[in-house]
Amino acid sequence: MEQDRTFFEYLRDFSETTSPLDFVLIYDNLDRFVAGAWVTLQITFLALLIGGLIAIPLAIARAYKKPGLNQAIWAYTYAFRGTPLLVQTYLFYFGLGQFEAVRDSVLWDPILSDPWWCVMIAFTLNTAAYTTEFLRGAIETTPHGEIEAAKACGMSPWTRMRLVELPSAFRRALPAYSNEVIFTLHGSVIASTVTLQDLLGVGRWLNGRYYLAYEGFITAMVFYMGIVFLISLAFKYAERRYLGHLRPRETSEPGKSPATA
Amino acid sequence: MGLIFEYRQILIEGTIVTVSLAVLSLVLSVGFGLIAAFAKLSQSRGLQRLGNLYTTFVRSVPELVLMMLIFYGGQALLNDIGQATGLWGYVDVNQFIAGVLTLGFIFGAYMAETFRGAILAIPRGQIEAAKSVGMSPRQVFQIVTWPQMVRYALPSFTNNWLVLVKATALVSVIGLHDLVWNAFSAGRSNHKLFTFMFAVLVIYLIITAVSDAALRWVDRRYSAGVRKA
Repeated sequence: MEQDRTFFEYLRDFSETTSPLDFVLIYDNLDRFVAGAWVTLQITFLALLIGGLIAIPLAIARAYKKPGLNQAIWAYTYAFRGTPLLVQTYLFYFGLGQFEAVRDSVLWDPILSDPWWCVMIAFTLNTAAYTTEFLRGAIETTPHGEIEAAKACGMSPWTRMRLVELPSAFRRALPAYSNEVIFTLHGSVIASTVTLQDLLGVGRWLNGRYYLAYEGFITAMVFYMGIVFLISLAFKYAERRYLGHLRPRETSEPGKSPATA
Repeated sequence: MGLIFEYRQILIEGTIVTVSLAVLSLVLSVGFGLIAAFAKLSQSRGLQRLGNLYTTFVRSVPELVLMMLIFYGGQALLNDIGQATGLWGYVDVNQFIAGVLTLGFIFGAYMAETFRGAILAIPRGQIEAAKSVGMSPRQVFQIVTWPQMVRYALPSFTNNWLVLVKATALVSVIGLHDLVWNAFSAGRSNHKLFTFMFAVLVIYLIITAVSDAALRWVDRRYSAGVRKA
């Protein structure tokens, strides 16, 4: 008998009798959660991509201490790293409408009045600030020998940056970047506070609609954990691929080693 | 500027709530962090697993999701338990307490990693030496482990504190009348949200800068006697 029941019937039975959570409701709304996950991923990775592209020139300018530019970029990163992302998002979404000039401009209607765009702008500027700082650190710690060797080969500063300094800085920044990716994902929940239907937005909607306390949040939580797990897996793979030369080398057990020494 | 000055009372009240929330959560997170760090470093496999579970779980879930789960879910859970056992009637969980508990719980996991790294950085021989001259575990902690741990943990601790201060803004979403909430309601009634949100950013920057300076002072104090490279 037990085997004849479908998965759904089993789920309904389980939800009604034993479990404090209503799994049927979650199952019925799973497509909404998937849509929410898509919004979350879209915001996170678009912000990371654009923010990362902005961060590269800023980090180079910081690392080479371009007069004037260096201080301006420092002020930007300090302001964005020293204040909550929530307030930055509010500033763009709720704040910009205060100004007549902004409301009348061409940018207002399709972009600045839309929560998606405001969230994208705030998140991009935020992640760019953090990325600039650790990328600067990675560029500054380029071994002198590498730069001297590049100079000795007759590379121009531009070629040197492109072929030597940036590739090695990216590798060194990889572990820090995995944190930044996860923090950006965690920060993306703020999108739900400005009416976007991301993962947490869907969870809050579900709880509000059916007057629940756990189901929406727990489902969203499981989704977030799954995404974080996939991201850390991807970074583990990337670190093995790109930082393989830094891993402790496996030594053969004493006694079994072939007599090559 | 005049508008901000007019509303200074509400902003100051909000700042006090935000700062006290941050400080209390910090105290709680240090407690959680120390317990979890010692659990992770203990000999027992069970405790190690528990510690790892705690730190991995917390660091994979966004703060706001946990906060809402603890605030709304915790309230429902408390009332369900109260109803089932008949021990207490309807309880209304206070946003401030929910905020302190959630932030303390979350940042405890980050602190655990900070402290674990700091304890591991203390040369093993020193602890062995302390034991061999007959110090009790309490004395080992007080005289040998703690003073050095503070020094090794400080950079990462500073970082955690700054992230924690910024995370306090999230409690406005569950309705605590903190700096962000107060400024938001004041700004909305005046249609001057940009001005008020900008003021909030400036206040946060001041808190960040002050704590940066304070922790640098602590760092100098605990690094007395360390040779600079």
